[in-house]
Amino acid sequence: MDPLVDRLDRIRGTVAPRNHNARTIAALTSNPGCGRRGLMDAAGVNKGAVAGQLGFPAGFGQSRFAIARGNAFEAQVKADGAAELLQLLRERLGLAIPEVAYDDLSNVGGNASREVRYARTKALLARAAADRDDAGTLFDHPMLRLEIAGYYAYLEPDLIAFRAGGKFHVVEIKSFAVIDGQADPGKTAAAATQSAVYVMAMRELLAELGHPPETVSHEVVLVCPENFANRPTATLVDVRKQLTVLRRQLSRLTRLEAILDALPAGLSFDLAYDADQQPTRPADELRKAVSTIDARYSPDCLGTCEMAFFCRDEAAGSTSALGRSVRDDLGGVESIGTVLGLARGTLTPGAGQEEIAGLLRFAHKLRTECLDGIG
Amino acid sequence: MTNVIDGILRDFGSAAGRGVVVDSPPGAGKSTLVVRAARTLAEAGERLMVVAQTNEQVDDLIDRLATAAPTLAIGRLSASTYVPAQRVIKHGTVTVSGAVGDMAASAVTIGTAAKWATVTDGSWERAIVDEAYQMRSDMLLRVAGRFSRALFVGDPGQLDPFSVVAVERWAGLSWDPMQSAVAVLLRHNPDLPVHRLPVSWRLPPSAAEVVSSAFYPFTPFEAGTKPADRRLEFSARALGGGARHDAALDETLETARRTGWALHELPARHTVRTDREAVAAIADLVTRLLQLGPVAYSEHAPDGRPVTVDRVAVGAAHRDQVAAIRQALAGTVAADVTVDTANRLQGREYDVTVILHPLSGRRDASAFHLEAGRLCVLASRHRHACVVVARAGIAELLDTHPSAEPVHLNVPVRFPDGWEANQAMLAHLSSS
Amino acid sequence: MSILTALARAEAVESGRAQPLTTVRHTHIAERPLVLVPLSLAGEAAAPLAAIVGTEPDQPRLLVVANPRDRTQRFDFVAELARVVLSYVDGCARSVDTGAGGTKLRYAEAPQVIVPNRGGIEFVRLLGRSTRFRRPFGPYPVHRTVPILGQWLTFLRERADHPGSSMLLAMTEVLGNHWATGQSGLEDANLAALLGWIDPPGGLDGAAAAALAEDPLRSPPAGPSTDPTFDNEILAPALAAVARSDSDDFARERALAALTAAVADQMRPTWDLTWQAVRLLRGRPAGASVEARWAMDRDVFTMYHMALAEGTALPQPRRDSAVAAAGRLDRLEREQARYDAQRALDDPLVMAEFRLSGEAFTGTVVAASPNRVDTSGKKAALRPHITVQTEDPVRLEPGALLVSPARLAQQAMVVSVSSVDVVLELSKGMGRSTKQPAPGSVPEVGERVTYGPVTDAYQPPGRFPSRDDTPWTHGGPPPAVEYGPSDNDAAEDWS
Repeated sequence: MDPLVDRLDRIRGTVAPRNHNARTIAALTSNPGCGRRGLMDAAGVNKGAVAGQLGFPAGFGQSRFAIARGNAFEAQVKADGAAELLQLLRERLGLAIPEVAYDDLSNVGGNASREVRYARTKALLARAAADRDDAGTLFDHPMLRLEIAGYYAYLEPDLIAFRAGGKFHVVEIKSFAVIDGQADPGKTAAAATQSAVYVMAMRELLAELGHPPETVSHEVVLVCPENFANRPTATLVDVRKQLTVLRRQLSRLTRLEAILDALPAGLSFDLAYDADQQPTRPADELRKAVSTIDARYSPDCLGTCEMAFFCRDEAAGSTSALGRSVRDDLGGVESIGTVLGLARGTLTPGAGQEEIAGLLRFAHKLRTECLDGIG
Repeated sequence: MTNVIDGILRDFGSAAGRGVVVDSPPGAGKSTLVVRAARTLAEAGERLMVVAQTNEQVDDLIDRLATAAPTLAIGRLSASTYVPAQRVIKHGTVTVSGAVGDMAASAVTIGTAAKWATVTDGSWERAIVDEAYQMRSDMLLRVAGRFSRALFVGDPGQLDPFSVVAVERWAGLSWDPMQSAVAVLLRHNPDLPVHRLPVSWRLPPSAAEVVSSAFYPFTPFEAGTKPADRRLEFSARALGGGARHDAALDETLETARRTGWALHELPARHTVRTDREAVAAIADLVTRLLQLGPVAYSEHAPDGRPVTVDRVAVGAAHRDQVAAIRQALAGTVAADVTVDTANRLQGREYDVTVILHPLSGRRDASAFHLEAGRLCVLASRHRHACVVVARAGIAELLDTHPSAEPVHLNVPVRFPDGWEANQAMLAHLSSS
Repeated sequence: MSILTALARAEAVESGRAQPLTTVRHTHIAERPLVLVPLSLAGEAAAPLAAIVGTEPDQPRLLVVANPRDRTQRFDFVAELARVVLSYVDGCARSVDTGAGGTKLRYAEAPQVIVPNRGGIEFVRLLGRSTRFRRPFGPYPVHRTVPILGQWLTFLRERADHPGSSMLLAMTEVLGNHWATGQSGLEDANLAALLGWIDPPGGLDGAAAAALAEDPLRSPPAGPSTDPTFDNEILAPALAAVARSDSDDFARERALAALTAAVADQMRPTWDLTWQAVRLLRGRPAGASVEARWAMDRDVFTMYHMALAEGTALPQPRRDSAVAAAGRLDRLEREQARYDAQRALDDPLVMAEFRLSGEAFTGTVVAASPNRVDTSGKKAALRPHITVQTEDPVRLEPGALLVSPARLAQQAMVVSVSSVDVVLELSKGMGRSTKQPAPGSVPEVGERVTYGPVTDAYQPPGRFPSRDDTPWTHGGPPPAVEYGPSDNDAAEDWS
């Protein structure tokens, strides 16, 4: 067995690795400088469970209204052999899609394994790709996979792929609205990165079959409700930048050896589940284990990482807790105590701190002067 | 070059299209083209308007045009606060005035876009819009009514126009006022011919390849000169000495002299923007450079021409950095060296440049620091050599950069991506 | 962000209390603002669920949509909201500002709508967008006030983009401009946490108060998004109970009461916090230019109110045309520059940012030649020199133009800078004489002065072509008729 995979398995402990999905893979790009997150993700650790056991449960709940709305919209777009989708692709995007078949790849009969479903996806896409003409098939629920730090992560996108003009396109259906041509830029960015994961996985699949990467278009079709109506609209989104970032960050994951080398040999995040599936690992011990790997906390983590509340607590008193730009403005001074000491002149600046110390002293003088006598 | 220009002028001369776009990488002969085009049209009896973006650019252009065509009547349209530059008034053929009415006799009328925007009547059949990628779409909207057809010339690798107010409101619109003039023009007139000047006459071969691949990945260009054409020598090697850092400075300058690039790396440290050590290093490098008596040998000066203070520039990302560097240079032999931000160095040319890397000393990179155009401008002002001063650690900074940029629908993706361009540039610098 | 702000945040961490970033308040707080706390249904673009609205802290008006997916009920909600908002807006147009001078009519008041956070502003935009194209006739007719509400909400939302305007405020942003907390800017978007640092409840320090504020059970989110757990465990059953009780009046009343109580519990804390913030802000003295900016708001309000009444109001299209976009950008940029300048001139702590970077300085006049005359030009001109001794690290170059907050009409040009002093040449703002400056117009020896790089001088607007003259570079003239309401809009079912 691959020693890296072996080591990661031991760190994760007795449970099976947490499945990656497009969202968790996309999240790998959100704070690539964080060794803690990088390692936990690579090892497939259930970060939410670890954070809970540490006493910092993450609040990433989803409203049932949002879920219901998302499902209803997707069902509507895909209804009747994706009739609405097809009309959009033809009319809005002007894609010359011939007479169409709709193939739901999740229907393989019985409870086929992911490997079997992947093989079936591969076989069908291979046939489509080999066709000189566009086969005219909408493939729903293809099973894709990506190699993440030695493991294959299987992706089951609620996704349609089709081939037009000799190229495969990925369709991403989202229930946030496009209003007068504009959508929430944060949600759109998240959708673009997730789609890029699928584009990448499809490219890998087709590469194994000998097709060049361009076989899968870097323009994905984003389908959203339009304005305040339930009608879907389609927009092409260019995900080339997202692909570059993903490629780079995934290739970095394999450089985990450097982090691992510095860690104690017996390190494990195992939660020691008992027979009732209750974690029994003492929080103190777990905290010690987690703290052996440096995190790179920034307040942005609160929206993207299950460990964030723990890391924030750990970062209390450091300038990182105040935000990236504050930390940067302070020229990298790490502790809030140091900032104040330098500002008040009670602390002698260390090597390389003379300049920020001078600025802080001046800033302190200015604040004192201006606020003197103001409540 | 001549062939390319002829082709451009043919397209512009034909009655078919309303506009022609010419993309010109750094130092690819944009000014030559503009002057040729202006002369050709004026000599054919056409009244021509020329739009540039800054007073500096207008004055440069007038000087070149008046020198190339000594009998041509030129109008210099200007605001009331404008003080005529010596290089403009020395030409007897130039009329300087704030009113277009005074330009009736001028075959060519030249002014800044801001000044043209105040002109409410008169129309010109043809216009030349210079530095069109620096011009914002809303400015083009204000002047486009004055002409019927236009030649748009500019460098697509420069800084994007920016604003201090929130502009998301217009994201995705084809007439988003925050686009460049060329972007808005091509979105509404996708069939206009786009020419490219394929050869940089400024950048030496050592720089052309790097800048081309990092910042112009889809529209490559090459150097117009051969490695043997450009040479930098130090004539006063023995001078100076004594100071503590001299060995490191000399090594950096020697590398730059030999290879055209040098990375002067300072120990990794997160610093405030006006990193005192980096500022001092720049001041030391520039003064040391001048003490070394640099002489540039090139196709223009095969027997060598001294690199004087006016042929050296220092570039930085922020105004406070510029102020700090100027202060450090005050009272030295380099006191008169140009020190400016990337914005203000656009379109300018020097023999040797020393630049403070925008990411030097940063712990986190903002979109501002990563903007491809910023580094591109800084790294493409030189004819002979460019010294980059930076704290170690930029590679790690780029690797740990979170990619959380918002995505707006229907906004064309801009290439190159700043993050990638920075990686490419850094890879080259580290290997040299 | 700057080192000054960063230091203030550090001080806040240490002291457990938010620290002021300004010495004065830069935002106008109206005598009678309208506070609006909206909630929307998760997963929908802009389906209102409930709102609390009102001008008196002790008289919250609660509006609830019993079935957020029912078109009729939604528009009943909007019509109710319209009644409150429109009567407030019209109330502001009741009296005329008699001190305004000139011939221009200006109302004495203007509406000021305060929402808890940035999301509230987006809610106002979306609700405005989804109602202004509705019509009281044709398919799915709505109450006649609905499109008028849409126009006002759109108007207010657009004003919120104008730097210095106080007609639609997100409370978290106003507070964040005035105080630095011991947490990050991202966390400051939570009104309860932000106020926890500024004005913590008895006995708590900022960090503890902010931690409590993050618990959705103790401190429900300030909307418009609801807490998912609330959605799943309370709201969903409550909505279902209302839906089930359709035919049973008694049950329906009970179910409605339960729903209303549930959403009121979610919104009431935010309502109280928003008013608490209003009181806090009122307690700070206003900056010198606040009144002038509010007068600008009132001018704009006066014009729009009259135009609507006369039927001459400009349409509010879905997106700006090329000309409209460029004109708006020009205006916003000029307003931003002026707002930035005014804040620095009104507030030494804002000016301190410029002092920190060496672009401004404060010092004492140690020499003055008030009668100095420059004879080098065609006409002799009064050009006094003063020498200011300063400890500030000045990074200015000769020729730089500066203004002093104490003498706004006067221009100062840097003549020379040494490590201890700056010599300035003054022009303008000295009266009519060409030989003698008016008394007090030139700083005297011993006076403490500040000079900075900003000026609030009026910048004239740019010239733009008319819509019909939109040039070919920008797609040519748009269609003659701007987008207006049609039956298609009526068909939009909001989910």
